Amino acid sequence: MPTTLTVNGTAHRVDLPEDVPLLWVLRDALTLTGTKYGCGVAACGACTVHIDGEAVRACQVALGDVWGEVTTIEGLGTPESLSRLQQAWVDHQVAQCGYCQSGQILQAAALLAETPRPSDAEIDAAMSGNLCRCGTYPRIRAAIRSAAGMEG
Amino acid sequence: MASLGKIARRTFLFGSAAIAGGVALGVWYLKAPAPNPLKPAEGETSLSPFVLIDGSGVTLIAPRAEMGQGVHTTWAALIAEELDLAWEQVRVIHGPPATAYYNAALMAENAPGPAYGKSAFQHAVGKAMGTLGKPLKMQVTGGSTAMKDGFERMRAAGAAAREMLKTAAAQRLGVDVARLRTENGAVIAPDGTVLPYADLAAEAAGIAPREVVLRDPSDWKLLGRALPRLDMVAKTTGTAQYAIDMRPEGLRFAALRMSPRRGAMLSFDATQAQAMPGVEKIVDLGDGVAVIASNTWLAMQAVNAIDADWGPAPYPETSEAIMAEIAAAFDNTPDSTLRDEGDADTLPAGATEVTAEYRVPFLAHATMEPLNATAKISAEGLEIWSGNQLPTFVRRACAEEAGLDETRVTVHTTLMGGGFGRRGELDFSVLATRVAMALPGTPVMTTWSREEDMTQDFYRPAAIGRMRGAVRDGTAVLLDAAVAGPSTARPALKRWMGFAPPGPDQVHVEGLWNQPYAIPNIRARGYIAADLQVPVGFWRSVGNSYNGFIHESFMDEMAHAAGADPLAFRLALARKAWGPAAACLEAVREMSGWPDKPQGTGRGVALCFSFGTPAACVVEVADEDGAIRLTRAWIAADVGVALDPGILDQQLVGGLVYGLSAAMMGEITFADGRAEQQNFPDYDALRMGQMPVVETRILQTQRWISGIGEPGTPPAAPALANALFDLTGERHRTLPLNRSVSFV
Ligand code: FES
Ligand code: FES
Repeated sequence: MPTTLTVNGTAHRVDLPEDVPLLWVLRDALTLTGTKYGCGVAACGACTVHIDGEAVRACQVALGDVWGEVTTIEGLGTPESLSRLQQAWVDHQVAQCGYCQSGQILQAAALLAETPRPSDAEIDAAMSGNLCRCGTYPRIRAAIRSAAGMEG
Repeated sequence: MASLGKIARRTFLFGSAAIAGGVALGVWYLKAPAPNPLKPAEGETSLSPFVLIDGSGVTLIAPRAEMGQGVHTTWAALIAEELDLAWEQVRVIHGPPATAYYNAALMAENAPGPAYGKSAFQHAVGKAMGTLGKPLKMQVTGGSTAMKDGFERMRAAGAAAREMLKTAAAQRLGVDVARLRTENGAVIAPDGTVLPYADLAAEAAGIAPREVVLRDPSDWKLLGRALPRLDMVAKTTGTAQYAIDMRPEGLRFAALRMSPRRGAMLSFDATQAQAMPGVEKIVDLGDGVAVIASNTWLAMQAVNAIDADWGPAPYPETSEAIMAEIAAAFDNTPDSTLRDEGDADTLPAGATEVTAEYRVPFLAHATMEPLNATAKISAEGLEIWSGNQLPTFVRRACAEEAGLDETRVTVHTTLMGGGFGRRGELDFSVLATRVAMALPGTPVMTTWSREEDMTQDFYRPAAIGRMRGAVRDGTAVLLDAAVAGPSTARPALKRWMGFAPPGPDQVHVEGLWNQPYAIPNIRARGYIAADLQVPVGFWRSVGNSYNGFIHESFMDEMAHAAGADPLAFRLALARKAWGPAAACLEAVREMSGWPDKPQGTGRGVALCFSFGTPAACVVEVADEDGAIRLTRAWIAADVGVALDPGILDQQLVGGLVYGLSAAMMGEITFADGRAEQQNFPDYDALRMGQMPVVETRILQTQRWISGIGEPGTPPAAPALANALFDLTGERHRTLPLNRSVSFV
């Protein structure tokens, strides 16, 4: 039985078993490949998306359990029209391989929505579930701080 | 190999000559080194293997793996600098596999003698050896070589294209070429008329490149400053396409399982998997099994439901037995004694002897993007999409797998979600080909689960270092270094080319034999555990990754035995050996304020010379309620010419984090012949909350340009272990450190 899903404001009908994780629905059925697979076990954050504004690991949410509107990196901004947070990411030249960055950005967006001026400890707490094998953490921190208007 | 002499002669005869204001390069140099692999479509013109022009502008070819190290950006900047393109106009693609794209710097690393402080002659010998990369079709990204390789060649490629375009404009306008100039992707006529390159390309293509003079660095507009990376916006918006994001029409998704003991598959039963949702086909891979399905996750579920019987491991079943085999290698004849000066056997009179043994484990690469590749086999041939560091070899290996001529194989090299050496292997592309052959006419992506990625790695080998030294009057007077482990280079080169060059394995002892310290009695020997069949491969900084820890931990032990400050001890020895190495130590001394430090902290220093680059690092630790926190780190490296300070900073920090992660918690262990670590919960890496505040500094005092992708990694582990000693008085000789230390 097809399931209906709203992603980035568009409704989709998906014909996949209900236990397929949202991650693989987005990537393989809807071709929204900005959301990445890293571990499949909630240990890396590469698959982070928003459901009703909350940051969740898409590898851990079954299609049948998606409880609200999904926002992926593609819904946050586009190359032609970057969100403020993405602009901060570009200004600080954060990415190296870039593979973790969709997840980092969505995690940071949820943090800033909740805590507009996060302390370093709050940044650490919110971001430590998002692994970056390239070691871009100092620039991620700088980008979050500048998006929050806390330059320097 | 008959052409070798010719290659060497040519290189010696026509070495570039320095002239005022730049470097003159003759026509011999500007000619395409091999046939141009670019096949321009209608409306496109290719001026060289590196420059393609069409109606909408100029596309530059950067045929090196973009794994995060920023190579596409700086490679393009080298060409654009001489071609006079505005940075906003620059487009870059990886391009096809081709001999023209061989890496001339990789083999140059094998020139004789310690590589630091290379004389012009040694440099020329290295260049001559580097041309070996061409007959070997060595289009490889690795060894921190891209900038060494491209620095002159790519500026020359840009200058040659510029001169061709100017000549075309001169002919069209009937004016002397000397009266023309170029800017922002156009030739400017004396009367100010702007002729965009796109309008001149077709005429320029027929013109032989003339002698050009490379610009003096003081005239550079793009090089030498932190440019916005060309991949940054795409990587920030989820629009960058990695291999795992390829979606050719009709794509199917596959998952696989290979023997966890890295041996044979005896049998398998896929009855249950066959009936699972989305499953389209079970594929017997011979030494493993794959499932093709409508969705990657469904494929993974099904492949995990297959009951397979795996044969024994071709190596000892446990980590203990493996380490015993490595230790036994010390009883063999040394594979190499690359350095033997003075008398390392005799303890100098009045000197104090110091000895220590160090052990490091196997390590996984754990690139953020799990291994994957897509293949399609059809009447036209084979098409592969793969994020790889060696496209010419991938083409050959996949052609062989499919039983096709290489000319019928198309390789698309994509962006890579990390490489670290793992994407310098052929297995994932070959296996994807094998899977796709089961479904002709349909593209199939084979994605490795994280568990498969981690347990089927070519690991950084475990190693044991045995060090003996002597100190007197506050300095080192003897160093007798030995390291044992399996060879990384021999099996890896065999996988690449079918053979491994003869001679001592230099990679095994890199970072041990060639360090920039003047010690009068010095010897370095390498011992190879030749029969140990654990799959091992190149891992960011390779031999330096373990030898750096062994050597610099021991230097610290000698400093303490000598009653000397560890940084001053090193600095005195480095000053006598090589200025740039000493300068790096002085830089971290100044940045960190050494020897002053905050109350309650410990600090450690390390200096490692790797891939032509000296890098010094100071790490600071503090005790936070019984757990160790890495509070700060300072790292300085001398790359000779700093082409992009922003990218250099990224690479130094990234290399440091990669080394710290491994030092703190990286370890692959074996039981029952299987790697025990499966995924990030048991093979973790440094997280945001554990990250020290890092300050970097780039020096440009050494004579030749050198690489940056790896040199940040080797000093990380010893600097951290030395800092722990400074804080707690406990010497850590075994990695990972979390076996005996708890970190925040
Ligand atoms: S893929 Fe979901 S947390 Fe790693
Ligand atoms: S940028 Fe490569 S993993 Fe984060």
